[in-house]
Amino acid sequence: MTPYLKLDHVDKVFTRGKVSSEVLKDINLNLGKGDYVSIIGHSGCGKSTMLNIIAGLTRATIGGVILEGREVNSPGPDRAVVFQNHSLLPWLTVYQNVRLGVDKVFAKTKSRAERDEWTMHNLNLVQMTHAKDKRPSEISGGMKQRVGIARALAMEPKVLLLDEPFGALDALTRAHLQDSVMALHQKLGNTIVMITHDVDEAVLLSDRIVMMTNGPSATIGEVLDVPLARPRQRLELASNPVYLDCRKRVLEFLYERHKFVEAA
Amino acid sequence: MNMQAIKTEPATALAKPPVASVALSPKQPVSFERYAKMAKETAARVIPPLIVVLLLGVMWELLCRRTGSTLPPPSKVYRDTKELIFDPFFDNGGLDKGLFWHISASLQRVAFGYSLAAVVGIALGTLVGQSVWAMRGLDPIFQVLRTIPPLAWLPLALAAFRDGQPSAIFVIFITSIWPIIINTAVGIRNIPQDYRNVAAVVQLNPVEFFWKVMLPAAAPYIFTGLRIGIGLSWLAIIAAEMLIGGVGIGFFIWDAWNSSHMSEIILALFYVGIVGFVLDRLIAGLGKLVTHGTSVS
Repeated sequence: MTPYLKLDHVDKVFTRGKVSSEVLKDINLNLGKGDYVSIIGHSGCGKSTMLNIIAGLTRATIGGVILEGREVNSPGPDRAVVFQNHSLLPWLTVYQNVRLGVDKVFAKTKSRAERDEWTMHNLNLVQMTHAKDKRPSEISGGMKQRVGIARALAMEPKVLLLDEPFGALDALTRAHLQDSVMALHQKLGNTIVMITHDVDEAVLLSDRIVMMTNGPSATIGEVLDVPLARPRQRLELASNPVYLDCRKRVLEFLYERHKFVEAA
Repeated sequence: MNMQAIKTEPATALAKPPVASVALSPKQPVSFERYAKMAKETAARVIPPLIVVLLLGVMWELLCRRTGSTLPPPSKVYRDTKELIFDPFFDNGGLDKGLFWHISASLQRVAFGYSLAAVVGIALGTLVGQSVWAMRGLDPIFQVLRTIPPLAWLPLALAAFRDGQPSAIFVIFITSIWPIIINTAVGIRNIPQDYRNVAAVVQLNPVEFFWKVMLPAAAPYIFTGLRIGIGLSWLAIIAAEMLIGGVGIGFFIWDAWNSSHMSEIILALFYVGIVGFVLDRLIAGLGKLVTHGTSVS
């Protein structure tokens, strides 16, 4: 079976003047349709660069990204991104922020009324219809991130890219939003790539966890399957031996074999 | 507004004691207190400048009242210019017109030159902010040109256009365009990479990107430039009109000087100040309206 999304021998070298540094080396990753894959690693290991390469915001130096058998090297709505700091446009309302993407993606395929309906449908998915006419500055951090997710989902992406989507949120809001994302994944069956540095989050949400070695020249150290049945319940998992074993293996990877070297 | 504030103050002051002691109806004291607070705040803003103006007026009156003083005291200014104050709309043909016509002629020139500067300035600023090569090529030239005093352009403009009107408009244009260009460029350069990424993922084309992301994101900077620009253009028009002549508040001042009507000069200066202030507030208010909610949160 050919993979849905494939990263094929991706290298990334940043060059500034005469100094060049290799950030990623020989990244190979295959995703099936509907997979939820987390990428975890210490900061500076190039996981955000990797996501940007999939999104097309950064180009790989060597190698490439293949989505449904076609190479992608520029950004597009088929790989919608949920940014860490939500990146909503502050001068637009919640509704307009989502509508912006909808209007571009469905300009030819949907009528005005249908685009309006689709925008509201996606706001409803993340339970944000009540704040549709508010501006981003008037809603909480968790709500902003919900709108960010709605904006990405509304583009009907083939792959949804989450760049540390819960990193800037407090623990309670984060748990709540993780549950929402899990429910959405269950309902819509999206293919999702998520960057995270939270071990519990990775185990709870993913089908597979991609563990990165430390940079420079970071690469994939290990890929761990998470054989937990869905839907998953946060509370039940807390004492589930499979969950605890997965968690332990990620922790071992991060803190024993690939310990973060301070200011290398 | 000021009148109202002053009027309401004694009324609320009178009504206050019984309210404080009885407080039977819960609704009334709230509204009274709110009015009192509003009146207090307005008074706090209006009364100090009024006192200062009054004091300065008295000082001026005392200084210029003596015989042999070169400038008229305010009482004489008022007596001399009563006609001009109370009938700004007369028009006896030629240059013998009411102050309204002079100011409106000046404002028209500013409106032309400034609008042109705003459009061209924002366009050039966007170019310079967006393209590194445009910045390298144009920025040094802008930095030199913007230091040239407005009136230094006037002879050149007169030579080129061979007419006062377009020359005055050109001087306005060339004076107010630099802060608009420079501030727009800074605003464009400061658009967060996140917004650019969003636009890239959504695949906005350059035109959509300009209208939907660049302009709103840079609007606070652009309006700073526009506000500096309107101030400069009002400064420049008065000076330019003194030289080119014709109807306009600048030439009105020059004309008054030539016929030794000091009181008229003082009245005209007063109007110039008020109009400049209103123009500044107008652009500031417009900026507030347009950039509502634009601040990054």
